[in-house]
Amino acid sequence: MTTRHIRRAAITVAALTGLSACSAPGGGADEGKAADSVVIGVASEPDTLSPLLGYGKDGNSKIFDGLLAHDADLELKPALAKALPEVGDDGRTYTYTLRDGVEFSDGEPLTSADVVFTYRTILDAKTNNTARSELDAVKEVEADGDDKVVFTLKYPYAPFAARTVLPIVPEHMAGKEDPNTGSFNTKPVGTGPYVLAGWTRGEKLAFRANPNYWGGAPRVKTFTMAVIADDNVRATRLRSGDLDGAILPPNLAATFKGEAGSLTYDAKSYDFRTVTLPTENKVTADRAVRQALDAAVDREAMVDKVLDGAGRPAYGPLPVDDPWFATDIKRSQDLAKAKRVLDEAGWKTGEGGIRAKGGLRAAFTLLYPSGDKVRQDHALAYASDAKKAGIDVTVESATWEVIEPRMGKDAVLAGFGSTGDPDFGLYTLLHSSLAGDGFNNMGRYANPAVDKALDTGRRSQDPAVREAAYDTLQRELVKDPGYTFLTHIDHLYVLADRWDGLTTQLEPHEHGFASGPWWNIEDWQPKK
Amino acid sequence: MTRPPWEGIARLAGRRALFAVPVVLVVTFGVFAIAAASPFDPVRAYAGTAALGADQETLDRLRENLGVDRPFAVRWWEWLTSALGGDLGHSSVMRQPVAQVIGERLVWSSLLCAVAFAVAVLVGTSLGVLAARRPGSWLDRTVTSLAYSLEAAPVFWVALLAVWFFALQLDALPAGGLTDTASREVTAGQVARHLVLPAGVLAVSQLPWFTLYVRQGVGDALAEDPVRGARARGLSERTVLLGHALRSGLLPVLTLIGSRVPELITGALLVETVFSWPGIAAATVEAATAVDFPLLAALTTLATAAVLTGNLLADLLYGLFDPRVSLSDM
Repeated sequence: MTTRHIRRAAITVAALTGLSACSAPGGGADEGKAADSVVIGVASEPDTLSPLLGYGKDGNSKIFDGLLAHDADLELKPALAKALPEVGDDGRTYTYTLRDGVEFSDGEPLTSADVVFTYRTILDAKTNNTARSELDAVKEVEADGDDKVVFTLKYPYAPFAARTVLPIVPEHMAGKEDPNTGSFNTKPVGTGPYVLAGWTRGEKLAFRANPNYWGGAPRVKTFTMAVIADDNVRATRLRSGDLDGAILPPNLAATFKGEAGSLTYDAKSYDFRTVTLPTENKVTADRAVRQALDAAVDREAMVDKVLDGAGRPAYGPLPVDDPWFATDIKRSQDLAKAKRVLDEAGWKTGEGGIRAKGGLRAAFTLLYPSGDKVRQDHALAYASDAKKAGIDVTVESATWEVIEPRMGKDAVLAGFGSTGDPDFGLYTLLHSSLAGDGFNNMGRYANPAVDKALDTGRRSQDPAVREAAYDTLQRELVKDPGYTFLTHIDHLYVLADRWDGLTTQLEPHEHGFASGPWWNIEDWQPKK
Repeated sequence: MTRPPWEGIARLAGRRALFAVPVVLVVTFGVFAIAAASPFDPVRAYAGTAALGADQETLDRLRENLGVDRPFAVRWWEWLTSALGGDLGHSSVMRQPVAQVIGERLVWSSLLCAVAFAVAVLVGTSLGVLAARRPGSWLDRTVTSLAYSLEAAPVFWVALLAVWFFALQLDALPAGGLTDTASREVTAGQVARHLVLPAGVLAVSQLPWFTLYVRQGVGDALAEDPVRGARARGLSERTVLLGHALRSGLLPVLTLIGSRVPELITGALLVETVFSWPGIAAATVEAATAVDFPLLAALTTLATAAVLTGNLLADLLYGLFDPRVSLSDM
């Protein structure tokens, strides 16, 4: 009996040491990593990989291509289409001719039927695509032979071509199943430079190069996106060599500055932080209050203090270096003006330095989504600036579930910004017809001059007319600032220095997966 | 016991299985009711970040397509009837059939829980015996106070502490995931290395209960007549401790095994989330915040089954090990 116990104890001990042996450090970071394998850390992953449900709608989807694509300067260039579209019938028809000899990664050829299938499925109301309204202008899409596709629009829509970066899916795969529930959502097949090798949800997505890619086989052969929500963990894993690159907030990116073997990429963006000033709130609806707030905020200080310099002051929704930006609307903090505007409008300084008018205190609540440090800091800086003008802003954090029903009455520290065309971001942000429509025009902004400019910009084909329209719009926004635009924030990426000539695009609000220096990873060349 | 023991086992298992039916019904109905009352919006969860830029028409259309506005009782009944027909439904948050989600993840959760539980029982029992041998000794006091501290420490806190120490400070173990990030294959060696921290933390969170129970049980047994008799007969201390005292001291531990299963599942929930372990528990969190009824219901049923099986197992062991207890009485 005793020996049996000893034996049992011995086995237990052996099992335990076996376990701890596993815990011994195995392979550390291997030196001299190859340039044909890249591991990137991102904060979130897509919900689906099917373009039918919205994946990759703005391009850079890796697995798929659109008819067109954006280059480094966000100019449109042909992709699956042979050339830029022929626009006819006063901007109501767009005709694309497909590139010859393009195949999906399963070897089947791409035809116009695939393009028609993709757009028709997205336009089908039964398909759960969240971005379907972006194709609102499309009346019909038809094939004209095997290599031509014709889009007919309901109304002339000048920026339509930029919508056709939307990825094309193979009808022979995706057409057999329900687009909402089918396996194409997790096992996609496309024409793109990469093929999905594996997806462990919440952990990583692995891609391998498509050797038969029509644009030439990529030099980077394997490409992994590690999903790491926590900024600090992402930074640590980057430092340990587990990752080759990652997106990081400004303060963590700064810790990599000057470190040998790594480079920091500072991508400019359309991603603005703004305070919505809802029309249904008596204080924020007052034009004098809006103008005073606009004059009282110190945008330069926010860029320096809140963003550690990684951003630009936002004088309107468009960033200062955008070709559409109206240069003369730049303005600095002007507290004297803020006070004067309020005095003239009858807002008299009362108890505790807070102004009031006819018994109404100049006070409102500013909500920001909890957990978002950058927005929190913006909100606090905003409240402190407003106080100097005699306006009392109470900053509160809440989840979107709580914020959504309160958007009509309370100010929200919001973030938006779309690339491609001014129409994409501005129409949904400012048009009065979309006031309070979901998350569109959250502040219920209504300004006939702005509406008119938006409509002109959307319909006109003449670049000069469009430019004048967006110019007017930006000036109107200064006169009646229904939003206090604060900053455009830069997106920072740190990446191992093993490749040549990497660039970043001007990035939209949504970023991480398709943005960053890896937007064109298929074109990366190893460093000599 | 005159009848063969397997007959009693089968009868007990059968009775419990019958009892499980109403339990599962009530539990799943409760889950549907609570999920329906939760502030989370399934449409928002489905659309993800895209919802924050979506217009009302899109949100309404999704709401209609997903059918989330129907009363929860109706949805529960639909789920139940199709589940009985073998179709567990489609998970809206994972964009996959529920059966596939579970198939891909169950094995990793089982591995994690099994290893953690085995370690907790073995190490916990050994420490308990060591502590009980000399009550009041420095070893006893160290083990006991450590056990009480660990009992009070929240699992996620221990997990974060372990990540900080072993992964960040020592860089000895990976901080998360199932395999190395760059690796595209799941190899046994990598999984073993990545398993150490999550399984270790989960084991440590369960271990104090076993230690304290065994310490108490063995301590009591050491003072009982059979042990005194054994010592009087001149048996070696080892035989007395392991053969007599531990055997009777282990009986309450058997009950504990059954009652720890729910705690183990809750612990796994937190551990899997912290260590991005691709298991069932991580999916449960997603399903709950996304109000993903089919996935949530299937996972709840699974958890309920695990708890009931744990209880059954404890009762069976008890019946087999303690001749005073008859299985037909349970």
